[in-house]
Amino acid sequence: MTGSMMVALFIASAVRMAIPLLLGTVGESITERSGHLNLGVEGLMMMGAASGYVAAYRTDNILIAMLAGMAGAGLGSLIYAFLTITMRTRQDVTGLALTIFGTGFANTLGKSLAGTTTSVRIRAFAQAQPLKPNLTAIADVSVLGPVLEFISAAFLQHNLFIYLSLLVAILVYWYLFHTRLGLHVRSTGENPSAADASGIRVTSLRYVHVVVGGMLCGLGGFYISVINVGTWLDDIIAGRGWIVVALVIFIRWHPLKAIAGSLLFGALEIVGFRLHQVPGIGSLPIFSQYFIDLYPYLMTIIVLVITYARKKAWQGPASLGQPYFREDR
Amino acid sequence: MIKLRLAKKEDVSGVKAVLIRVASILAAIFLSGLLILLIGHNPIETFAAMLEGSFGSAYGIKNTVTVAVPLLVIGLGLSIAFSMRFWNIGAEGQLVMGAIWGTFVAHQLPENMSRLLALPIVAVAAILGGAFWAVIPGLFRAYSRTNETLFTLMLNYVAIKFTVYLRCELWKDPNAMGFPQIAPLPSSAHLPKLFGIHIGWIIALILVVVVHIFLRYSKLGYEIRVVGESERTAHYAGINVRKVIITGTIISGALVGLAGMIKLTGVSWTLSESIGGGNGFTAVMVAWLAQLQAPVMILTALLFAAMEQGAMAMEISVGVPASVSKVIEGLILFAALSSDLFIRYRVVIEKSKKPERLNAQKDSRKEAVK
Repeated sequence: MTGSMMVALFIASAVRMAIPLLLGTVGESITERSGHLNLGVEGLMMMGAASGYVAAYRTDNILIAMLAGMAGAGLGSLIYAFLTITMRTRQDVTGLALTIFGTGFANTLGKSLAGTTTSVRIRAFAQAQPLKPNLTAIADVSVLGPVLEFISAAFLQHNLFIYLSLLVAILVYWYLFHTRLGLHVRSTGENPSAADASGIRVTSLRYVHVVVGGMLCGLGGFYISVINVGTWLDDIIAGRGWIVVALVIFIRWHPLKAIAGSLLFGALEIVGFRLHQVPGIGSLPIFSQYFIDLYPYLMTIIVLVITYARKKAWQGPASLGQPYFREDR
Repeated sequence: MIKLRLAKKEDVSGVKAVLIRVASILAAIFLSGLLILLIGHNPIETFAAMLEGSFGSAYGIKNTVTVAVPLLVIGLGLSIAFSMRFWNIGAEGQLVMGAIWGTFVAHQLPENMSRLLALPIVAVAAILGGAFWAVIPGLFRAYSRTNETLFTLMLNYVAIKFTVYLRCELWKDPNAMGFPQIAPLPSSAHLPKLFGIHIGWIIALILVVVVHIFLRYSKLGYEIRVVGESERTAHYAGINVRKVIITGTIISGALVGLAGMIKLTGVSWTLSESIGGGNGFTAVMVAWLAQLQAPVMILTALLFAAMEQGAMAMEISVGVPASVSKVIEGLILFAALSSDLFIRYRVVIEKSKKPERLNAQKDSRKEAVK
């Protein structure tokens, strides 16, 4: 295999690892833009992964599995919304509780299906590459051929979900920054009492966006269990939900930047694995197959430190994490 | 039209607040019962199996207390961090780091060293390890306000993955016939037992008193609580906020590291990445549910320990997955969080007289915006 082809394949697997992070990051950005800091992403992704997998296994229908994944996480985020908005609980502790609840819920739900795999039909869907171009005709053209092949191998040989997820990120960006309702969401996150005074229904707006954001996190979880892994494992999300929470800060609550951010972390998840295969490098202790597993987490820390070290950094929606009680005005 | 409205309560008496909280926990257990029913099991049978497994026999009680001890010690450590609103979610990693340092030192000690000397040395190493792992995010929080929740959380994964690396490569026991494990501790580093349970329980009870006095009556404890109330107030009162945060995280991590030593020398006798066993996360609830009150934490630690111990018994005897206990824990937390509403507010039922006019007003307001 040529060097450029190896790079292309590396990018392709980075893209595959990035998608669940992207969906989670976009979802949590919506939630946080409306002023709610949901630390329960890990739990929501677990709930989405488990309900999606169970539905995929029982119905053998990818669409139903996807909807089930969203519904599972939707239920989790609805609990969170009810507690933080109606019951006025602390957002951070509620998010942590949601992670514990969601993880327990998911592991209980998936327990009986441990060791099973998704059906041939679903695997075929996961492996289908609808956008793959046929390059045999121009493969021999001197410069154009290899370049097109590189692009194709890196970006065009993916399943449909990857392109849909990118579309979701773009649509959410458009919604948040170029529609009236999106403006309402953002103003609710910045200054809920001013938003309320101008006639925006803060409570229902927050309910909707917390739940929709949670559903996108669930979609990310569904993607991990049904499409990327194809079987059920306990604690299948393995901390990615927390990486999402950090990524949202890194990408500054901006769905388009989320694409680049999640790609970076997707690459990190596999870079160690790839480096390990390179002879000479693989024998170094810091590239040991066990040591490299800690890189994504270390990188998240570095990103956090850099983000907060910039002095005048904008720290997100002004009312993020602040409860809003109309009576307290 | 009937409307529910919330009105602020005047100060609620302590007894009433406790009653509301206990009622909320009972409500959560009732909800859990419904959930168990939903997944096709008999809730009464399941709860009975949990109770039987955790408190039904001398063996069960011993196990429950053994699980409760590290939970209590970690909870005490966390309560110091939480008192200054430093959301230390990194206890799992601090515990592992303490155990790593403890293991390292224990293996350097001469074989025939007496326990009386060996154990304190291992304890000091574990305390330093835990404090080290906690003060890193503490320093960043103090100097650049870096979000400590995420920082401490990520450090958990780093410590755990690092332990896997130690177990499989750097510290792999050559005498284990190729099995990836770290050599067990020498017997000089095993905690002695009292009444059939390792003496960690005595350490834990002493620490309850020490931490309670520290937070309530010491100068630093007072400063920690003021920083927790408001960093600005603390600053104007002449408190060195940075110093308090850094010292506070060191003490918090030190206690968690000590819990790592207790688990290492009292329970597992060998280091592995699962030495924390999720205790670091459960202890967050132990501390929080006790409202950071050290003596109350004895009860909450026992509650969660019983749940974990009972869950295993429940899985074996009734066939309900042990992960159900996490669902119950989550529900208890949800309920306890919600109970705050009923402690702070009164629900007032109102009959509004002219709902039509109110709606009309709202509509016109919306029109005005458009």
